Amino acid sequence: MNRRAAILLGVLLAALLVLPVIANDYLLSVVILILFFAFSGQAWNVMMGFAGQLSLGHSLYVGVGAYAAAAIYVHYGIGPWAGIWLAMLVCVLLGSVIGFLAFRFGISGVYFALLTIAFAEFTRIGFDHLDWVGGSGGFFLPVVRRDVNDLLNLRGSPVMFYYVALALAGGAFAFCAWLLRSRVGYYWQAIREDQDAAQSLGINTFRYKMFAIAISSAMTGVSGVFFAFYYNNLFPEQIFHISRSIELILGPIIGGLGTLFGPVLGAVVLTLLAESITEVMSVLGLEIPGVKQVFYGLCLLVVVMFLPNGIWPTLARRLGLEREGGRGGHG
Amino acid sequence: MAEAQLAVRSVSKSFRGLRAVSNVSFEVRAGHIAALIGPNGAGKTTCFNVIAGAFAPDSGEIWFEGRRIDGMRPDQICLAGIGRTFQLVKPFAGLSVLDNVIVGALRHNKRVSDARRKALTVLGRLGLEEKRDQPAAALTLPDRKRLEVARALATEPRLLLLDEVMAGLRPTETDQMVAVFRRLIEEHGITIVLIEHVMRAVMALSDEIHVLHHGELIASGSPDEVVRNPAVLDCYLGEEAV
Repeated sequence: MNRRAAILLGVLLAALLVLPVIANDYLLSVVILILFFAFSGQAWNVMMGFAGQLSLGHSLYVGVGAYAAAAIYVHYGIGPWAGIWLAMLVCVLLGSVIGFLAFRFGISGVYFALLTIAFAEFTRIGFDHLDWVGGSGGFFLPVVRRDVNDLLNLRGSPVMFYYVALALAGGAFAFCAWLLRSRVGYYWQAIREDQDAAQSLGINTFRYKMFAIAISSAMTGVSGVFFAFYYNNLFPEQIFHISRSIELILGPIIGGLGTLFGPVLGAVVLTLLAESITEVMSVLGLEIPGVKQVFYGLCLLVVVMFLPNGIWPTLARRLGLEREGGRGGHG
Repeated sequence: MAEAQLAVRSVSKSFRGLRAVSNVSFEVRAGHIAALIGPNGAGKTTCFNVIAGAFAPDSGEIWFEGRRIDGMRPDQICLAGIGRTFQLVKPFAGLSVLDNVIVGALRHNKRVSDARRKALTVLGRLGLEEKRDQPAAALTLPDRKRLEVARALATEPRLLLLDEVMAGLRPTETDQMVAVFRRLIEEHGITIVLIEHVMRAVMALSDEIHVLHHGELIASGSPDEVVRNPAVLDCYLGEEAV
């Protein structure tokens, strides 16, 4: 990242900080959605973009993280700030099991992706029958007055949720920026580019891939906690569904895999696209199920055909936001 | 005689019944340069892959600095002090030249800033410093071979396995590369085992040459002895090399 990009980032952050002063609830809900996808996209990007391990089952961690924090809140009254740790712990354990099975026994590429889908699917079916958290009928958090902000229990107004989402997305951005520039970031990228060469340079590829899946699943679990307390209802059919995994990974792919701004940019593009389609449809008085997915598909098609590295690398070059060559695309 | 730094003892490796390396033994002393030569398919690269941990040998032992290393993983072999290059180069294509070498330098430098300094020194030594910000994918083949060497050197190995790093270089470039290796040996006492078809480099560099043919070691000795060996002339070098 060069000076110009740093200034731009600062301006963007300042604008986001004062946004609730001018924004109405609708605009705020759209930006919360963008921040949510920016955060969860960043989490997935750690695994695929940095370390090159394709997971198509990240809805598993969203769902498990959401249910873990929601369950101890509803059943034992333990608030989400403690719940986050439980969510991360459970997600890291699950991710480690999947990672161990795959990386220890040499399951990679497409087969690894299938394994991640399988875990998400049978967890979905399992939760359908888990009556402790409502089974297939859904699990609901008590909705309380929205005019009282209780940050400790994450109950309150959209403005409060907005700032929580902003903190999460901003924190994840900074954390990933730090990771990418650290020793582990270099090792992940080496593994992504060529595993044999990485190994010949002394990198324990098993250990670093396990590390990637642990961090990615923990972060995704946190996004699940936010999801649970923001929407207040959880259905296995929705939260574990493969379409959620897809929705989560489209942002980073369209924005630019392995880049820091990619997941953010992708979240902006996709959320605005989805919202404008909904808007146009309601103006036209049409109701076509699945139209959003069709547009997601088209968007992906266009990006893959014309910008195979995603929007950000090209945009950054056009705007002069990166150094010539080097690691500019990564920051 | 000092104990050998690297000892390959009766190593065999087969692929689906094909004996790629058959009962091969040789030793390399610290600070020496040994060359493995032989016709295509003689088992040279397989030999390297077994030493570097890419495959475990079917039988035999490999000792490095008094430790048995056969069967260890490639990353463990690197940590033991052996660096390698790949015949079919494997650059981290999406990373810059500098970042490629930083990955290697992180072996001994925990901090990225220290690794960067080390990487820049290594790049300077191999004449790649001006290309440091280019993506590795943009390099020409000779430069990629240099990058392979730079990346392996950045791990500060005590033994370096070089698999045809001079193939495709012009004679002057070969001489430059030879000079680089000579300096490494003088300054750091590094040991080198190289696979090479470029006899100009082999003759200029090697203290001893081991000749493989059909997976078997058919001759070992000083360059002068080997080029006069009738079996070697017959299978590999041809009359004109004498």
